[in-house]
Amino acid sequence: MEMLAFFVLAVLAVASALVVLTRRNEVVCALALASNLVSIAGFYFLLGAQFIGFLQIIVYAGAIMVLIVFVVMLLNLGEERYPERGRAQKWLAPILSLIFAVILAAVLWKTEPLGLGEPPPDFGTVAVLGRELFTRFFYPFEVISLLLVAAMIGAVLLAKRRI
Amino acid sequence: MNPNLFLLVSVILFALGVLVVLTRRGAIVILMGVELMLNGANLAFITFARQYGTPEAQIYVFFVMTLAAAEAAVGLAIVLALFRLKETTDVDEISLMKW
Repeated sequence: MEMLAFFVLAVLAVASALVVLTRRNEVVCALALASNLVSIAGFYFLLGAQFIGFLQIIVYAGAIMVLIVFVVMLLNLGEERYPERGRAQKWLAPILSLIFAVILAAVLWKTEPLGLGEPPPDFGTVAVLGRELFTRFFYPFEVISLLLVAAMIGAVLLAKRRI
Repeated sequence: MNPNLFLLVSVILFALGVLVVLTRRGAIVILMGVELMLNGANLAFITFARQYGTPEAQIYVFFVMTLAAAEAAVGLAIVLALFRLKETTDVDEISLMKW
C-alpha cells in the first residue's frame, strides 16, 4: 500500500515537473507546478511529517502559487517565443543536467541506505517542532522574521510605480 | 521501504528544476524552476529527518519555505518592474546591465 502510494506520487511529481519544463503557456506551467507541490506534500505525509506537509499545502500550493498565477494573469503574456537562431544552450543544458542527475544518483547508489524504520511517536507534530523552534532555533527564527519584513518592504518598493 | 527511492525522486526534481532554469526564457517560468529545485532539496531534508527521527531537518525545511516565500515575492516584484520598463519578461531581451 505504501509502495503504491509512493509510485503514484512519484509519477505525478515527475510528470508535472516535465509539464512545467515543456509547455509554453505560463498558466499551464503554473497549474502543473501547483500539482507538483501538492504531490510533494503527499510525500511528506507518507514520511510522517504532517506539520511540514500541511505547511507545504498552505504556504506553497496556497500562497506562493496564488502570487505566481496573479502575476501571470496581470501581465497577460501569452505564449513564450523560442529563438530562431540555434543556441548551444538548447542542447548543452539537457546534457549537463543529465550528467548532474547521474552523478547525484550514483552517489545515492553507493551509500548504504539507513532504512526508514519506525519513527518516534511524536515525529513531525506541531508540539515537537514548535518547542524546537522557540528554544534551540530561537535566533534563526527571529532572523527569518526580519528577512520576511525586508522582503515585504522590498517587494512593495520594487512593484510600486512612484514612491 | 528504501529511503533512497525518496532521495532519487528529489534528485530528479532538482535536475528538472535546473533544466527549467537553464532552458526557459520567461522570467516567471524561471522562478518556477527555482521553486522546483527548492522542493527537491526539501524532500531530501524530510527523508533524512525521517531516517534519523529528529526534528532538526524539519526546522530547516520550515526556514527554506519561508525563504521561498520571500524569494517569490521579491522575484515577482522585479518581474513586474521589468515588464513596466521593457514590456517583456523574456530574459534574453533584458540585458540592461550588459555594457
